[in-house]
Amino acid sequence: MIPEISIYEILTVTSILFFIGVYGFITRKNLISILISVELILNASVINFVVINKYLYPDMLQGVVFSLFIIAVAAAETALAVSIIIGLYRQISSVEVKDVETMKH
Amino acid sequence: MERIVFYILALIMIVFAVASVTSRKMLRSVIYLLFVLCGIAGIYFLIDYNFLAAIQLTVYAGGIIVLIIFSVLLVHHIEMELEIAKTSKQILTTVSCLLGLGIFLITIYSHEFNVIENSLTTTTSEVGTKLLSYSDGGFILPFEVISVLLLAAMVGAIIIAKGNKLTDKKDNPA
Repeated sequence: MIPEISIYEILTVTSILFFIGVYGFITRKNLISILISVELILNASVINFVVINKYLYPDMLQGVVFSLFIIAVAAAETALAVSIIIGLYRQISSVEVKDVETMKH
Repeated sequence: MERIVFYILALIMIVFAVASVTSRKMLRSVIYLLFVLCGIAGIYFLIDYNFLAAIQLTVYAGGIIVLIIFSVLLVHHIEMELEIAKTSKQILTTVSCLLGLGIFLITIYSHEFNVIENSLTTTTSEVGTKLLSYSDGGFILPFEVISVLLLAAMVGAIIIAKGNKLTDKKDNPA
């Protein structure tokens, strides 16, 4: 745990980050921007896993191990999303959400 | 000392996160995300989990950001400004996000956390032993599943990004 810092302060910061991500996810009109917002949401949840593990159950490792799994899944998801975006751009020359009406080619 | 560092990191993270979701220039928004991710790595350093901080810096700041920058440069004109949502939609989303944040904070602050004072460092060898352990509470199975998932995602990304050429070759075997 961090000396002098209570768990409440860290959870406040991660909640704010999470909702900034949600805000971006809803208001953005661009696939890459939506991907960026998803990264923010995932990172906020990873910090929560680590912090709750370190503050409440310091002798356990479940939270810190799960954070590694979340990062691995997020990396796989980003790689696939970027390849889908590039594939879409080849088909329809756009990455705006409103132009992506069909996944057929 | 830790308090000052934590508040500076929190301020940097929140300011750049807001900048990242509101900036109208694509590439700038990615760079703001990079600052947020570095701030999160700083939190991991503060909390004495150096392995995850290194993972964060290499995988996120090194890998994912470069991947997103590549995709931005491939599909976008740098000068192009992004479309933004209607003002009414922005206000509605802001209000609902603040409402959700309020509910989160009320729930967090009304809960009595059973904090255990400690100064344990999570070493890489502990994490590695836990990941590869066969005994009770070991994580060998999820570890293997994640490795297969990463392989599948890699193959899938290559297939999707090169889809056209592969089908063309099959159609005209010249």
